[in-house]
Amino acid sequence: MMITLAHGSGGKMTDSLIRDCFAKYLSNSVLDKMEDAAVVDLPGNRIAFTTDSFVVTPLFFPGGDIGRLSVCGTVNDLLMRGAKPRYLSAGFILETGLDTDVLERVVRSMAETAAEAGVSVVAGDTKVIEGNGGLYINTAGVGEVLPSVQVGAGRSRPGDAIILSGFLGDHEACILSQRMKIENRIQSDCAPLTRMTESLWKHDIEIHAMRDVTRGGLATILNELAASSGNGFELFTDAVPMNGQVQGFCDILGLDLLYMGNEGKMTLTVPQNQAEKAVQLIRSCRYGENAAVIGRVYQSERPSVTMKTRSGATRSIPPLLGEGLPRIC
Amino acid sequence: MKPIEKWAELVRKYDGPPLRLMEVCGTHTHRIFQYGIREMLSPRLELISGPGCPVCVTPSGYIDKAAALALEENAVLCTFGDMIRVPGQELSLASSQAKGGKVRIMYSPSDVAEWAKAEPEKTFYVAAVGFETTIPAYALLMDKVIGEKIGNIRLLTSLKALMPALSWICENSEELGGFIGPGHVSAVIGAAPYRLLCRRYGIPLAVAGFSYEHILAAVCDLVLQRRRGTSQVHNLYPEVVAEEGNEEALRLIGRYFVKKDSVWRGLGAIPKSGYFLAPEYAGFDAGSQLETGGAEDLQGCRCGSVIIGREKPADCPHFGKTCTPLHPLGPCMVSTEGACGIWHRYLQEGANPL
Amino acid sequence: MCIAVAGTLIEADGRRGKVDIQGNILDVELGAVRAKAGDAVLVHAGCAISVLKKEEKDELDELFALLDEMNDETD
Repeated sequence: MMITLAHGSGGKMTDSLIRDCFAKYLSNSVLDKMEDAAVVDLPGNRIAFTTDSFVVTPLFFPGGDIGRLSVCGTVNDLLMRGAKPRYLSAGFILETGLDTDVLERVVRSMAETAAEAGVSVVAGDTKVIEGNGGLYINTAGVGEVLPSVQVGAGRSRPGDAIILSGFLGDHEACILSQRMKIENRIQSDCAPLTRMTESLWKHDIEIHAMRDVTRGGLATILNELAASSGNGFELFTDAVPMNGQVQGFCDILGLDLLYMGNEGKMTLTVPQNQAEKAVQLIRSCRYGENAAVIGRVYQSERPSVTMKTRSGATRSIPPLLGEGLPRIC
Repeated sequence: MKPIEKWAELVRKYDGPPLRLMEVCGTHTHRIFQYGIREMLSPRLELISGPGCPVCVTPSGYIDKAAALALEENAVLCTFGDMIRVPGQELSLASSQAKGGKVRIMYSPSDVAEWAKAEPEKTFYVAAVGFETTIPAYALLMDKVIGEKIGNIRLLTSLKALMPALSWICENSEELGGFIGPGHVSAVIGAAPYRLLCRRYGIPLAVAGFSYEHILAAVCDLVLQRRRGTSQVHNLYPEVVAEEGNEEALRLIGRYFVKKDSVWRGLGAIPKSGYFLAPEYAGFDAGSQLETGGAEDLQGCRCGSVIIGREKPADCPHFGKTCTPLHPLGPCMVSTEGACGIWHRYLQEGANPL
Repeated sequence: MCIAVAGTLIEADGRRGKVDIQGNILDVELGAVRAKAGDAVLVHAGCAISVLKKEEKDELDELFALLDEMNDETD
């Protein structure tokens, strides 16, 4: 069935849409009440709160879909602030012409991912606008910040090791491959980092700064961390994990892997003497098999991100300028 | 010592007369930056970035024309991604998009043939920019346009020939020690065209591939040639570059394009330096033949001097003021790895570019 | 100038073919080269612009031997 403006009117068609597409998969004691707002309990008095919007096309891609992405993106933002994600809201903007089967698949995927990530979707909204079958999702998420945790963009210290949890660029390479119809086996790495971060907290790893590597890529994130902490970040030669097929894809389009986005990888800084243990813990988690130490933080007169190249010299890694589009030169 | 280390030592420890070497390929510029090659060289070796990026040397008037075509009703402007942010006098393609212009990014000119057939009611303009590396791809598009009678494609060309630009550099530069030859243009034109140039001006040229080792080898070769006083063409990329180039590709280029004088952003007009659609195909041209303006609209731009190393970026009155990476004027700043782009970044990082 | 990558031509059908670049299969125009399936080609903007000469020996060794030879330098 196609979505029409009637589905957004608030009447019977809206009701059946909610029942058949949303409530069927996202059921829990809070959401089922269908009240105007969710009332929930949150232990502690430091709350992490985030919002995000998802407009990716195509809606389905190898390794994921917009539904899974919306849960992972929100959950990971909370995790990166040292919070235990608890509750999500999901607002859907549907364009007329969207097939309800497609919507159902997306919602089912959200529900499965929410279960994997240990969160509940407790509030939702639907709007319908004129269009061409598009689908957009806005989320908000809350979680309580773990009392012992003190992470922040500015907390990296000279001497810290920089760790990356796996291959760069998978998500963006996957999406671009779909759009440009280049055949390969690249999958989006879209994943919740819940187990990985829980493992690190549980084993008392002293994480100073932590970020998931999304739009703009590792280079952008590291530049932000360097600027916030006022330190130098240096990457070792050939230390950044990369997948040959993704590298080949980047070579075709003239893209730089350091600026390509992921949706299931994180970078963190920890004291040097905990680096090996942290890497082992991440590697033993799903989604972290290729984790590695990729560099170090050092005292510097001004914040910078650099890499030691094969020539032995040091090159700078500036923040992303522009859009990272396929090039010829 | 392994050969690579031997050669790395040579360039690190070089203490002969100051030597200025030029690379003329946008990808070489980029790789040199990525591999940190400039940083490893002895201070007596200077690497300058020549006008090797076709996007960067496209005149600003061309961009304005392309942006205007994008705004036409029922038209789509197809371009490579590199062009999107480059500013014209008035607009860039990105700002044209913001005003409702239809701009589509192509990976290959062949994409346009498929799009044009699928949407026959629209006119597909191709921002045909490139050196000899890319011109065969446009020629193949023309094969399709003619062969499959696709009536709704037009080319707006800013196609440049490499050799006239090299001659211009040799004529205008002072004390240029050698060229790192562009590997992929050379795959098409071959190594032969460089021989006369090198003999005439007494400047050696090493055709280079794109790995760290290839570029290092080329730098070493030029240093060694200068030491011995030779000005030969050394093809250090024989796996890709044949002496006579790719004759099939050259034939294709000759089928559809002819050489005429053309304007280079920041440098001005260079004789016989542009490829234009041959007269019998003029019907497929979108106005490329008309004067697109150029040097005069960049008052005071010193790219021409900077490119040949006669002046430093900081000597240009626009540098860092009216010409910055976000609002570039000439090609040296348009390319983030051009001389001015690099200087600007060093200064931002508090480093000394000298 | 020139973002170009090398790959193996796995299928050739007249003027078009498929090139494998580290697991990425690209549709490529072959009209500018004379290539057959199995050849290594250089691809730029969806167009094969050169057929690579296959070398059995290690490419890097070749490069430095070439450099030595061209400049009469020996260890």
